[in-house]
Amino acid sequence: MKQNWFYRKSSIRKLWIGTYVVLALTVIAELFVHLHPHFKIEAIFAFHAWYGFLACVGMVVFAKLLGYLIKRRDDYYDV
Amino acid sequence: MMCNLSHPGLLLILAGCLIPLFKGHVRSAVILIVPLIALASAWSISLETSCSVSYLGFDLTVFQFDTLARLFITVFALTVFTGSLYCCIQARSMELAAAFIYAGGAMSVVLAGDLITLFIFWELMALASTLVIWSARTESSRRAGMRYIVVHLLGGVVLMAGIAAYVQQTGSIEFSLMQADSPATILILCGFLLNAGAPPLTAWLADAYPETSFSGMVFLSAFTTKTAVYVLLRGFPGTEILIVIGVFMIFYGIIYALLENDMRRILAYSIINQVGFMVTGIGIGTEMALNGAAAHAFTHIVYKALLLMSAGSVLYMTGKRKCTDLGGLVQSMPVTAVCGIIGALAISSFPLTSGFVSKSMITQSSIDQHILWVWLALQAASAGVFLHAGIKFPWFVFFQKDSGLRPDDPPWNMQLGMILFAFVCLFLGVFPDVLYAMLPYPVNYVPYTAAHTVTQLQLLLFSGLAFFVMLPLMKRTLTISLDFDWFYRKLGPQLFINMIQVLSDAKQFVLEELRVIRSTSGLFTQSLSNFSLAFNMSLVLLVFVICLIYLLL
Repeated sequence: MKQNWFYRKSSIRKLWIGTYVVLALTVIAELFVHLHPHFKIEAIFAFHAWYGFLACVGMVVFAKLLGYLIKRRDDYYDV
Repeated sequence: MMCNLSHPGLLLILAGCLIPLFKGHVRSAVILIVPLIALASAWSISLETSCSVSYLGFDLTVFQFDTLARLFITVFALTVFTGSLYCCIQARSMELAAAFIYAGGAMSVVLAGDLITLFIFWELMALASTLVIWSARTESSRRAGMRYIVVHLLGGVVLMAGIAAYVQQTGSIEFSLMQADSPATILILCGFLLNAGAPPLTAWLADAYPETSFSGMVFLSAFTTKTAVYVLLRGFPGTEILIVIGVFMIFYGIIYALLENDMRRILAYSIINQVGFMVTGIGIGTEMALNGAAAHAFTHIVYKALLLMSAGSVLYMTGKRKCTDLGGLVQSMPVTAVCGIIGALAISSFPLTSGFVSKSMITQSSIDQHILWVWLALQAASAGVFLHAGIKFPWFVFFQKDSGLRPDDPPWNMQLGMILFAFVCLFLGVFPDVLYAMLPYPVNYVPYTAAHTVTQLQLLLFSGLAFFVMLPLMKRTLTISLDFDWFYRKLGPQLFINMIQVLSDAKQFVLEELRVIRSTSGLFTQSLSNFSLAFNMSLVLLVFVICLIYLLL
């Protein structure tokens, strides 16, 4: 049986390459668009890109740490 | 005064009572036509119409109509229609009946012009929504429904206390703009916030909603939290504490959703997250922010219902709800997957989807008010929404590892419901003016500027990158996360059990002593059971006296 397109090794590589190209394009686009930053911090180059990335990394790490404290087996309330 | 107009809320409640009488195609026809009549009546009644009836010496304004009310009635009617279409063949009559009464209650709250009418329908919603939960007819839904109704009745008591104090204080039952500066209004605010899913009682939502049937959660997601948003919009715009509460809800939803394994519980947490955006907007309180909150309520109801129809289809076809059991479903459920992804893009506020044109207004209002910390929080949260709902839900359900499951797409009516709301998500994203024209204040906002589109794409796509970079840290586990409900599900019962244990030990000890006394002196001739009875009675008296002293102090 032919493997689904999404699960083929070659297409996963293509997807990653496509992703990097699109990511790069959104940053490069900033050079051609007049952003009118309101807050000072917004004026830093590619602010939204790295802020979004770092915010997500921060939230995932925070959730992971909190998980050690509040995670229980999913039958916790049943037993 | 008699009211010569059709009340969409009462129409739905009436239809809900009659639904159990119908079967098959007739039932389908009724549940599809009635919401359309409600929608038509909302658009045929002229604005600023109102109508009151005299009851128990009060003039109850059961119908007060304006732009904001029309917006909410419209989206409620649309959701009832689409939800009905989605499950018109499959759902139990009891669930549909409860859902119609629940939706009718929500519409009646929206139309209520006074606090007593509001309260009556508020409580009707609590009862009917509990019936929707119980319609799943599982042991877990029975227990979750019980916890749900207890929390909501508690909220109802708080609201009632607030209303009683407010009426006593002001002499008016009119529901209008309030200031949260007296015990009365603070209690009312707390009652409203409980239904919005605000802290500390946040857990009821993610506890109960995922226990409903495949279709029940579609209805539940739309009404309770959004009527709470509506009454906050009416009663407490610009109340600053709401900004803090809203931002807390936003991040609470993201963090708990990241930890969650149950696909519908992920979406339940994300309801709190999205309502957090609206509550923040209400707290900011400018026309732009209030427009944004109202618009976001509209778009959120649509895309969350879409996401839940997609998740419901997966549940219906596979019987599974845990991310650890799912994966790879895009191969055999393309329609469900594509609709789910459109919902996921809309909740993430991708350009060309409805979320983009509504959430941006709330963010813009924080810029207009120069509140940097709120803006930074909202931006981080927008990234987080893509992370916890926008990618996580579709990724773990439709992609990730191949679970080997090959279910088909669900029956045609379920597909049609999803396709309809997927269309609405895209339509409003492409033609935002249709939505803007329905908002309470004139809109002076253009979402599609080059700058805004580019920055939003940067924000979202790089959070997407973060998701895949951090994927090893997000491996799903067979776990749940403790929440505030731990206090009433674990600690409370445990304390109760401990107390009973201590009392029964004490009783055992006393009886033992008495037996010794009796056997040595022969003084007591009564039977032991009498002593046991007397001991129990005295314990009851003791508790009563302690309560009395406590009350008197």
